[in-house]
Amino acid sequence: MTQQLILYPLLLQMLLAILLMFFWRKINIQRIISMLGSLVHLAVSIGVFAYIWNNGTQTVQAGSWEAPFGITFIADTFAATMVLLTSIAGLAVSIFSSGSVISDRLRFGYFPIFHFLLLGLTGAFLTGDIFNLYVWFEIIIISSFVLITIGGEKAQLEGAVKYFTLNFLASMIFLTAIAVLYGLTGSLNMADLANKVAAVENRALVEITAILFLIGFGIKSALFPLYFWLPASYHTPPSAVSAIFGGLLTKVGVYALIRVFTLIFVGDVFLDQILLVLAIFTLFSGALGALVQNNIRKVFSYLIICHIGYMIIGLGMFTEVAIAGTIFYLVHDIVVKTNLFMISGLIYRIKGSNSMRALGGFYANYPMLSLLMFIPLFSLVGIPPLSGFWPKISLITASFDSESYWSLAAIIFASFITLVVIAKLWAEVFWKDATEIPVRPKFRYYHKIKNIKRIQIVVPIVFLSLVSLYIGFGAEHIQRLSTRIASELMDNQQYIDAVLNTQTPD
Amino acid sequence: MEILLAIIIGVLYAAGIYMILRRSLVKLIIGIILLGNGANLLIFLLGRITEGAPPIIPEESKVFLEAYADPVPQALILTAIVISFGLQSFAIILVKRAHKVVKTDDLDEMNATDEDS
Repeated sequence: MTQQLILYPLLLQMLLAILLMFFWRKINIQRIISMLGSLVHLAVSIGVFAYIWNNGTQTVQAGSWEAPFGITFIADTFAATMVLLTSIAGLAVSIFSSGSVISDRLRFGYFPIFHFLLLGLTGAFLTGDIFNLYVWFEIIIISSFVLITIGGEKAQLEGAVKYFTLNFLASMIFLTAIAVLYGLTGSLNMADLANKVAAVENRALVEITAILFLIGFGIKSALFPLYFWLPASYHTPPSAVSAIFGGLLTKVGVYALIRVFTLIFVGDVFLDQILLVLAIFTLFSGALGALVQNNIRKVFSYLIICHIGYMIIGLGMFTEVAIAGTIFYLVHDIVVKTNLFMISGLIYRIKGSNSMRALGGFYANYPMLSLLMFIPLFSLVGIPPLSGFWPKISLITASFDSESYWSLAAIIFASFITLVVIAKLWAEVFWKDATEIPVRPKFRYYHKIKNIKRIQIVVPIVFLSLVSLYIGFGAEHIQRLSTRIASELMDNQQYIDAVLNTQTPD
Repeated sequence: MEILLAIIIGVLYAAGIYMILRRSLVKLIIGIILLGNGANLLIFLLGRITEGAPPIIPEESKVFLEAYADPVPQALILTAIVISFGLQSFAIILVKRAHKVVKTDDLDEMNATDEDS
């Protein structure tokens, strides 16, 4: 029973998605199934995480094909953590969608596609095979294409054309990289690749392959010169969709980058330098972009880009402390970014606008909600003891250790600009006197919707804020977790042994 | 054969990327299709081309005696073809809808999402 334990989160999402398709037009049933299913998924993910935490890395060979030949599923602490975070964000967005997405959209298969997206994410985290990773990425992007276009408004379709083109291009570059890697080594299993790539004599070709992976994953995770699709599309779909995109889609690119550059292409100084430079530019351009935007959701979109820089900078420095900082930041960022887009949805529900200039007087009218929104907004900035503060300590320490003062400057600069942006947003939206926003007669305002919907909108925000608070105040636990993940990632022999040297216990 | 395939792949990639860079939505779809086919052929080529040697072990022996065609790239291509087929059909519908709603075929005029709002 426990042997296939790590596949349960995967199978559960697949069953949910298929089950939901049988209730195609019955959206009330879909809502209940989705929420209950996400709750079960959270429980299963906690179970898997606890099991991995106590027993170490687990592998499953699909169809019992021995390791380098079949498809391997592997859950080390990193993968288990990411699956757990996916289920936390998934549960929150599932509840939030039930309350905030209008039923015209839900009727076109919103929930089944949403669970296919979560299936793809879970699969991408658990797989140990590079081509299988490509397939999970495709499941993710096909689902995300549907979610981003559902509703079919003008802005949505325009955003979707850009989103589609660049993500398709990224997939093709990823596929090209896999083809070259297969031509070089004749293997697709990541652990096997780690061994074989190290033995390849044509280092130039290995480096080019690594760059292809970097570009492919870089587009997906919105790295510096490749991020333009993100602010052009993330503010167009309903905020529930933006929440899951902002929280998890770019992070799966970061996950893949970390995986590939700690396992397959290791110890290449040139690549680390490139990662560092890209990360520094990402931090700068994302921060400056956020500064000039007026639409709240566009501000958050640029902040996503900016904060991707923090994770990549840790990967570029490639010391254990830096990687631990990266992992901690990843944990904090998934929770906070999902929450921020849900907050922008709540503000939109209440006022009917997301423009900072038009909004105002939020604190005077809704003091309790404002207090709630304070938590994720200032966790993002990293005011101690909130959650964004702790990973930055690790990153700054690491940049001192590796004498990389440009990274240090970029980290502090981006942190400062984030503070300015959030302070500006706070002053404009919450403190400024309320301005008259023209009332939209058909819009379903917050005060017009049923109580149950209001609860469904507010509860996930409270839930994620509590998780954020836990990450901030229980930083010791998360630090222990990220240090353990970092040590596992730095010593890739553990991963290789777990995949290739498994004796099937009888 | 290898050289011919290599040239074709190069042309497909170049033409695909050129078409994606054009402003017309229809050419975008053509570019996507060309690029997808180029990637599939690349997997085929990099799996090494072996003519007339199917990966079947002769009845009298227990191992392969000669070089054989690697079946894995073909499995990969099959998967990749199905995926890119799905993506391409989605792209065609998306472009049709976008054209209907935005009422333009020119990507340069699709800039509503970049404006300040």
